[in-house]
Amino acid sequence: MVTNKEAWGTRVGLILAMAGNAVGFGNFLRFPVQAIQNGGGAFIIPYLVCFLLMGIPLLFIEWSIGRYGGQFGNHSTPFMMNSLDKKRIWKYVGVFGIFSNIGIASYYCYLESWTISYVFHSIIGSFNGLSQEGVANVFNNYVTLNKTTLIPYESVIFFVLCLALNVWILSKGLSGGVEKVAKIGMPLLIGFGIVLAIKAVTLKAGHEGAIYDGTEGLNFLWTPKFDTITNPKVWLAAAGQIFFTLSLGMGSIQAYASYLKRKDDIALNAMSAGWMNEFVEVVLGGAIIIPISIGYLGIDKVTELAGLGGLGMGFKTLPYLFAQWGPMLAAFAGVMWFGLLFFAGITSSLAMGIPCMGFMQDEFNWNRKKSAMAFGIVILILGLPTVLFFNQGVFDEYDYWTGTVSLFVFALLESILFAWIFGMKKGWKEINHGADIKVPIIYKYIIKYITPVLLIFVFLGALITPLHNDWVAAFQSLISGNGWLLDNGSILMQIANTALKEEIAAATNVIVKHDLEVKMYLINGTRILLIGVFVGVSVLVHIAYKNRIKKGKF
Amino acid sequence: MDTTALILWLTTITTITLVTAYFFAKVLFTKPKTEPDSYSENDDEPR
Repeated sequence: MVTNKEAWGTRVGLILAMAGNAVGFGNFLRFPVQAIQNGGGAFIIPYLVCFLLMGIPLLFIEWSIGRYGGQFGNHSTPFMMNSLDKKRIWKYVGVFGIFSNIGIASYYCYLESWTISYVFHSIIGSFNGLSQEGVANVFNNYVTLNKTTLIPYESVIFFVLCLALNVWILSKGLSGGVEKVAKIGMPLLIGFGIVLAIKAVTLKAGHEGAIYDGTEGLNFLWTPKFDTITNPKVWLAAAGQIFFTLSLGMGSIQAYASYLKRKDDIALNAMSAGWMNEFVEVVLGGAIIIPISIGYLGIDKVTELAGLGGLGMGFKTLPYLFAQWGPMLAAFAGVMWFGLLFFAGITSSLAMGIPCMGFMQDEFNWNRKKSAMAFGIVILILGLPTVLFFNQGVFDEYDYWTGTVSLFVFALLESILFAWIFGMKKGWKEINHGADIKVPIIYKYIIKYITPVLLIFVFLGALITPLHNDWVAAFQSLISGNGWLLDNGSILMQIANTALKEEIAAATNVIVKHDLEVKMYLINGTRILLIGVFVGVSVLVHIAYKNRIKKGKF
Repeated sequence: MDTTALILWLTTITTITLVTAYFFAKVLFTKPKTEPDSYSENDDEPR
């Protein structure tokens, strides 16, 4: 019989791995764009308030659930949840903690593979001499399967390569694989980030083709528009950013913490890993992409690009700007930027494998290699649609349902379970057991009352987002009896595919109409696939439950 | 750079850097718990 004998090698290794789990692409690409769109420097106020009232409490909750569940030999969320309360339903709620990881890893590994490809292209100088449009086209061609770039089917090759690398590292286990990568990757990521941030903020107008100082970018990002603080949209954006940046609601924090013994600290570990993520996001992430982009493109162009999201800026714009520094420096900057993103990505994608592997090891006695391989095969099968149909919205569909909605649902339910069903008396004792710091008593009440309420607000905000995200106008409309007009980005309208239906109705060109109908077909197919994955994991959990009954574990 | 933006930026990054350094230093300098603990590298015998 195989038993799960994984262990962390060192405490620093665990914290770096946990911080690596949290640090992802969003730290460098999403945060600065969110800040620009939500009040500039003033965004930091709701952002830090949400970190203190929602981020830190959820970190305490997830670390506690993980360590507590681990004492009963549970290394994935289904049976961890069940160890907090014996009602059968909780293990099916815990399915979210495996489902989200499978779903997110399926598209995240593809994203991660772009960074490997772009490191390669930076080294061989593929972007040198290209116009900004030319660099953007490299990306557009890369994600369009029949328009190959340098290597035929390059995107598929790098995706498979990236996945194989993840599986190989996972098969080496926690201390031999994940922790080693974190110990190498995190210091390199921080080092690359510091070098790029210094270069970005010291850009001088008139040098190396820059038209503005790098500090103009900082000024643009950090000039506070204090009137935005009263807008609910800004608070929801801040809460959403805190949520995604800390990798909350995924089940990976719980899985990492489940390998800790009860007498070992979780409070200080959680704070250290959480604040390390904030350092990478606010201090480094806020000082690279915007100052460089504004230095070369100016505020108007960057505002326009920011509207298209951080990914476009990171992959379509920065390689062109680096090329202005000359071939040698461009290669170094490209390797550092995409290398930084690669380490941010791989430390997160590895964390997505651990709960899935832990489940198979615990419940079906699979060994480490077999469970890592199974994880790889599942991600390959589920990830290929995101590679093949990227332009048809399959990637975004995965991201929305598994990387956004599922996380909120799971975090909300686990916070209610921990604070209200397991109970704050036991929960508080669990957080403080073996703690190397004194957690302020106020957090007992924040966890019980404020965090779940905040999560409910955030979820409702996403469910019924008003038209154009304008909450003031929406409430005025409601009070004046004109009802609540939903935005096409709200969960309810997403379920109904309203935006796409409107596009199809408005399309006059037959080919465009046909393409949109194919897109609708693929999006609905993706949803059925994801529901199938959730049901499949639930069936496995049910089989594991029956096995446990047979063995007398229940 | 605008003075308000500069003050806000410097205050934020200094605070976050100091708090991060404080917690990480506390991790580094806190005495390990007695064996058997959760970490395998300080074990007397391999697991």
